Amino acid sequence: MTATTTSARSDLSELGRSETALRTFLHGLPGVDQVGAEQRAAQLGTRSIKTTAKAQAIDLAIRMVDLTTLEGADTPGKVRALAAKALRPDPADPSCPHVGAVCVYPAMVPYVAEVLRGSGVHLASVATAFPSGQAPLEVKLADTRAAVEAGADEIDMVINRGAFLAGRYQEVYDEIVAIKEACGSADGGRQGRPAAHLKVILETGELATYDNVRRASWLAMLAGGDFIKTSTGKVPVAATLPVTLVMLEAVRDFRAATGRQVGVKPAGGIKTTKDAIRYLVMVNETVGADWLDPDWFRFGASSLLNDLLMQRTKLTTGVYSGPDYFTLD
Amino acid sequence: MFEYAPAPESRSVVDLKPSYGLFIDGRFVDPTDGGSFKSINPASEEVLAEIAEGGGQDVERAVRAARTAYDKVWGPMPGRDRAKYLFRIARIIQERSRELAVLESLDNGKPIKESRDVDLPLVAAHFFYYAGWADKLEHAGFGPDPKPLGVAAQVIPWNFPLLMLAWKIAPALAAGNTVVLKPAETTPLTALLFAEICQQADLPAGVVNIVTGAGDTGRALVEHPGVDKVAFTGSTEVGRAIARAVAGTRKKLTLELGGKAANIVFDDAPVDQAVEGIVNGIFFNQGHVCCAGSRLLVQESVADRVLESLKRRMARLRVGDPLDKNTDIGAINSAAQLARIRELSDAGSAEGAERWSPACELPERGFWFAPTIFTGVTQAHRIAREEIFGPVLSVLTFRTPAEAVEKANNTPYGLSAGIWTDKGSRILWTADRLRAGVVWANTFNKFDPTSPFGGYKESGYGREGGRHGLEGYLNV
Repeated sequence: MTATTTSARSDLSELGRSETALRTFLHGLPGVDQVGAEQRAAQLGTRSIKTTAKAQAIDLAIRMVDLTTLEGADTPGKVRALAAKALRPDPADPSCPHVGAVCVYPAMVPYVAEVLRGSGVHLASVATAFPSGQAPLEVKLADTRAAVEAGADEIDMVINRGAFLAGRYQEVYDEIVAIKEACGSADGGRQGRPAAHLKVILETGELATYDNVRRASWLAMLAGGDFIKTSTGKVPVAATLPVTLVMLEAVRDFRAATGRQVGVKPAGGIKTTKDAIRYLVMVNETVGADWLDPDWFRFGASSLLNDLLMQRTKLTTGVYSGPDYFTLD
Repeated sequence: MFEYAPAPESRSVVDLKPSYGLFIDGRFVDPTDGGSFKSINPASEEVLAEIAEGGGQDVERAVRAARTAYDKVWGPMPGRDRAKYLFRIARIIQERSRELAVLESLDNGKPIKESRDVDLPLVAAHFFYYAGWADKLEHAGFGPDPKPLGVAAQVIPWNFPLLMLAWKIAPALAAGNTVVLKPAETTPLTALLFAEICQQADLPAGVVNIVTGAGDTGRALVEHPGVDKVAFTGSTEVGRAIARAVAGTRKKLTLELGGKAANIVFDDAPVDQAVEGIVNGIFFNQGHVCCAGSRLLVQESVADRVLESLKRRMARLRVGDPLDKNTDIGAINSAAQLARIRELSDAGSAEGAERWSPACELPERGFWFAPTIFTGVTQAHRIAREEIFGPVLSVLTFRTPAEAVEKANNTPYGLSAGIWTDKGSRILWTADRLRAGVVWANTFNKFDPTSPFGGYKESGYGREGGRHGLEGYLNV
């Protein structure tokens, strides 16, 4: 790390100390031209990924899936089954990789933890009064601590969109810092375990403009987020390619400025292999190979996995199998 | 690394004949003196077909056929019936667009994603658009009953072979003229396939005639006393010669010539999109674009940042097989053009500008040139003044908006310009002062049949596209 990077980093860490400094910085970021961003995303969507490249992309995408269930109707039985699927997505093919993580509500964490222990599959839990985030800070912190204590090693928090849209950036920032602290650290809170990774959900569908998406991305990264994530999946507009493009540009620029790499997770509405490959192409051509890894890019999805498995089987056997050949968990 | 496997578009949709004659009076005929030349694939130097070379007598035959068709069939035909033929042609183009796109990429060297996603949709759109005007000419603003001119002689370049054909033929036919068109000698194939489409559409014989050949054929055509209108797209040098040749005749002339467009990036520009616009401005179609943004004028306070982003983006450009669906930059159209690009680039280095290209492997056969930028360029450099017509960008800086405008206008050309800023008022202020026919704001190389296109100063005169594009083909 060069001296300039170190000094740049310390400069940025000062920003969180004043509302004015945060606002000046966030509003000084270059704007996003909506038409141009959408056009670029559409162009990348026309890449043709075939044969060996497709096989490589499918396996990578499977490894990047955060297999998710976030329903009021979730039960221990349901989430155990999902966790089992995360470990062996395709029971018929042992060469099929496991997914990146399982993502559930805090109350379901203990049941999933039993199944995943020692497997290398991460356990993510949404917290902070997901999905609205409209709860007192104390409740959000307790929510987070409970999930971590129950065994989650990744926390998907939601930002306070109300505060963000009202321009109260300091409040949003402080809340992320507090949640990050509640995620634990190497020397405390989690009995020597490393701190849980913090994914910050921007809920881009509610932020509405790409300028806001870029500002919220930087805000989340400045406050210490390890990942920035598009959506809860609970509002009508979830992940889109242009929104993910803007977020990828933000993590790229943030690393250039600070030396710290932050991951990206589009979530919601990504259902097909074709969709997933479009995202991987975008990662490849926007931020490059450093992010083409489950440590730095994830898909928040549920039905995507079965389509990936179906396409995987098609590539290896040459024929499509019916949906009954893939498990519904 | 995520390597994309080859994804070639199939050539089998194209049914190439070993040789092609001239398309005169609705039929393919042999040239009178039997001359011919070869059209090659610039990406491989493979011979695609043997093409007839039209001589003076062939031009004579073609003009006579066009005159007869004008007098007997097309001139007297009601506009709504002409429209039916144009709509039919537009639909056939859409139906056969894949075939046309593959053939265009084979003959021209442009990437299939551009011929498929840009050229062909625009070609069809142009015919649809002007088909709509054919029965509404009295509402076009050129008087209550505007009349066609007669026989139009049209000479088009090799950079957008079929699109330039559409820009010429669609308005001419809609207005009631008949045409003799000469495609460029390196890219005649899609024009010949278009001739087959005219047959398929039952277009009356002689309304469209295609005479292939090189400069001599073109000269014979524009100098022919039987033509009423000359339309040319190409170099300023040839445009001057044509203007001299038709001076003092009754022929109406429109010229669409060279350019050296400034793409102006202000300090408040949306940087990521501006970089896309710079790339699209100069590397689209290998820079073989008359309105290419070949001079980047970037405000000094953001120059480093913009250049860093630009270089990073250029490193992602995929140069190679034009038929591969993932290719961004294809082949240079001809050995002659490659030599010109090399000569001017070498002059840039010799005059002290700093040259940079991303690492990229170029195929061994065919004509290739890596995407290149020159920094430290001043107005005094040849690469800032002369049209390179290749994937070569000259980067200049400015300090104030007034200086940007002054530098942008300090060229004999005036075809197009680009403005990148988040400030609406600055867009309007700048656009007002730029001496260029087309000014794009926060975008570049956007085309639409409804929008007029053409130049100031030595970039030519007359407009193509839109309602304005009818004027060049009406007796007004």
